[in-house]
Amino acid sequence: MKTKRAMILVSNDPESIRLGANELIHNLNEALATYNLQDEVDVSTISDINHSNVLPLVIVYPEATVYGPVKAADARYLVEEQLYKGRVVTSLLAPPKQLTGQIGSLRTHKGYNPAEQRIVLERAGRIDPDNIEEFIAANGYEALGKVLTEMTPDGVIDIIEHSGLQGRGGAGFPAGRKWRFVRAAKSKEKYIVCNADESEPGTFKDRIVLEGDPHLIIEAMAIAGYALGAEEGYIYIRGEYGLAFRRLEKAILQAKEFGFLGKNIFGTDFNFNIHVHAGAGAYVCGEETALLESLEGKRGEPRSRPPYPVTNGLWNKPTLINNVETLANIPPILRHGAEWYRSFGTPSSPGTKVYTIMGNVNFSGVIEVPMGITLREVINIYAKGMKPGSTLKLAQTGGSSGSVIPAALQDTPMDFESFRKAGVSLGSGALLICDQNTCIVDLVKVLLQFFRFESCGKCTPCRVGSQRAYEIVERISQGQGRLEELDQLLDVAGEMERASNCGLGQTAATPIRDMLKYFRTEVEAHIRLRVCPTGVCELTEEIEKVA
Amino acid sequence: MVAPTIDREITAVVQAAIEKHGKNYDALIPILSEINHVYGYIPGKAFHEVRQQLHDPLNQIFVSEGQLYSLASFYDMLSTKPRGEHVIKFCENAPCHVVGGKAVWDALKERLNLKNGETTPDAKWTLVTTSCLGLCSVGPVLLIDDDMYGNVTPEQIPDILGRYE
Repeated sequence: MKTKRAMILVSNDPESIRLGANELIHNLNEALATYNLQDEVDVSTISDINHSNVLPLVIVYPEATVYGPVKAADARYLVEEQLYKGRVVTSLLAPPKQLTGQIGSLRTHKGYNPAEQRIVLERAGRIDPDNIEEFIAANGYEALGKVLTEMTPDGVIDIIEHSGLQGRGGAGFPAGRKWRFVRAAKSKEKYIVCNADESEPGTFKDRIVLEGDPHLIIEAMAIAGYALGAEEGYIYIRGEYGLAFRRLEKAILQAKEFGFLGKNIFGTDFNFNIHVHAGAGAYVCGEETALLESLEGKRGEPRSRPPYPVTNGLWNKPTLINNVETLANIPPILRHGAEWYRSFGTPSSPGTKVYTIMGNVNFSGVIEVPMGITLREVINIYAKGMKPGSTLKLAQTGGSSGSVIPAALQDTPMDFESFRKAGVSLGSGALLICDQNTCIVDLVKVLLQFFRFESCGKCTPCRVGSQRAYEIVERISQGQGRLEELDQLLDVAGEMERASNCGLGQTAATPIRDMLKYFRTEVEAHIRLRVCPTGVCELTEEIEKVA
Repeated sequence: MVAPTIDREITAVVQAAIEKHGKNYDALIPILSEINHVYGYIPGKAFHEVRQQLHDPLNQIFVSEGQLYSLASFYDMLSTKPRGEHVIKFCENAPCHVVGGKAVWDALKERLNLKNGETTPDAKWTLVTTSCLGLCSVGPVLLIDDDMYGNVTPEQIPDILGRYE
């Protein structure tokens, strides 16, 4: 790398691009040329994730001055003042981040929320994802080197098992045990599949990892390949994530050039290759066996189990399927050890969790915090409180198959075990925070609309159940519901839970149960009084005769 | 008889897609996506053409038109019907819904005089709802072709649509 005097980082996530980041980069380069600084100053890009209200963001190093939002027209002035004359442009400075949270004494970094602990998102937003050298400079591929040259496959799995890492896709299955199953399966061919079909409504944590730190996933998959005896990996990424797809493809090319993929990696006899496969728009393909079907060029309809993918997966061979966030934890665990990992989170759920927060709160975006913090802490510290005039009514976790959590449960620690005990689910890490103006019937109607649309149609309980449940809730929202239909709703929910073929159908009824468990009075108001207490639902005047 | 231009073109498009993605089963969806990208939908002829070029019993590759159609009808990003010049996808999921999505959706429908899934008579616009696009921190979100619009309000709709005039 040539030595430069200064570096300008410009955020180029989709939001920033929409707000003119590309023109800004163009103008910055032009301005540098005007002042003959092009050889002294580099312009590079980052995926910023933490300043969503001041995009596009510009950071000038070595001073680490943070500007935002910066318009394309500001480029010339910025270059003239900061890089030619050496003065900070106070008028363009990004507002300082509010420092509020104090949980324990976790170390803090510039640009971090004080209580955030970044393992998965360690580099995202701090390096140029298109440049492998920056990844390597930030300890990238160190874990792979260590694993290949110093450790046995079983040694790797021992550490993963001991770290207590649980799958971050929603189910929370112990990752080490899954790895052990695939390792034990006897086959010449095995596959490592990264599930990047992130489609749970409200979840975009994996996109942030893939866009901001694509090499991390490549490194993790290569490690898994070595530990499990696989030479081929697939990243199944949803078709909507174009930017992440392009970055992954580029990262794979770079990794091959540098010898981190391909033949004889690190001079050993280990070979590994990765293919990126784009989906074509189907929520159900996030279900692991549907994903495999889709990879094989079929409709994404979940398989019956057993046999499980760990023995009969892709092309009927033993296959490891891990979520992006799960894999992203692997290299840091191997670099720092299992004990280090267990020092975060709770004893039963070690490590951190990446959450996406959104809804009626002051900050929406991505945070990574230790397992076990409470919803109240998330809202008050990380989300910077509810919007003015809003009070918390409920939160919805993990996309549509997550739970509806009433305000009364906001002090439950968010880890797999505590949530299970409280009868709610952590899901995939989305936190949709809703205020008093949200109508539970309307919300559940939207959730069921999603399931009725996305049900793959293979098995009847899910295909018909989601449709019937939607119809009943829609009638209630119109003031046409009858009390006995609430019992029918629970019947449908029970049948979907018991008889559906895959996890999608089994969990689709969760919002119905939560609605009737925590908000029954509000639902009954729609039926008995024909009133929507929040005024959201448009009730029809006359009761129509139900045939 | 010389085949009409569109047919020759489809042959070439399919051929290019196959060269790029290979001839195995796992290439089927990427090939269909590529065709969809070129035409905005998958013309009936294209199914015929893909089968023609891929079906290869000697190498254990069995492809039928019905099988290809069943893929196209299953996946949301593939269309079997022609669509307008610009396709508007509006996210209808809960995160966009609770921050004012419905008002934006109503404004879109009214402005274009379309219902979900319809195309304007001049074939300029197609309006569809979509499931979560993963841009939830800036909801309500809509996508026009490949352009993303976040934090959309009903008042912005005329201006946003105006950019495609």
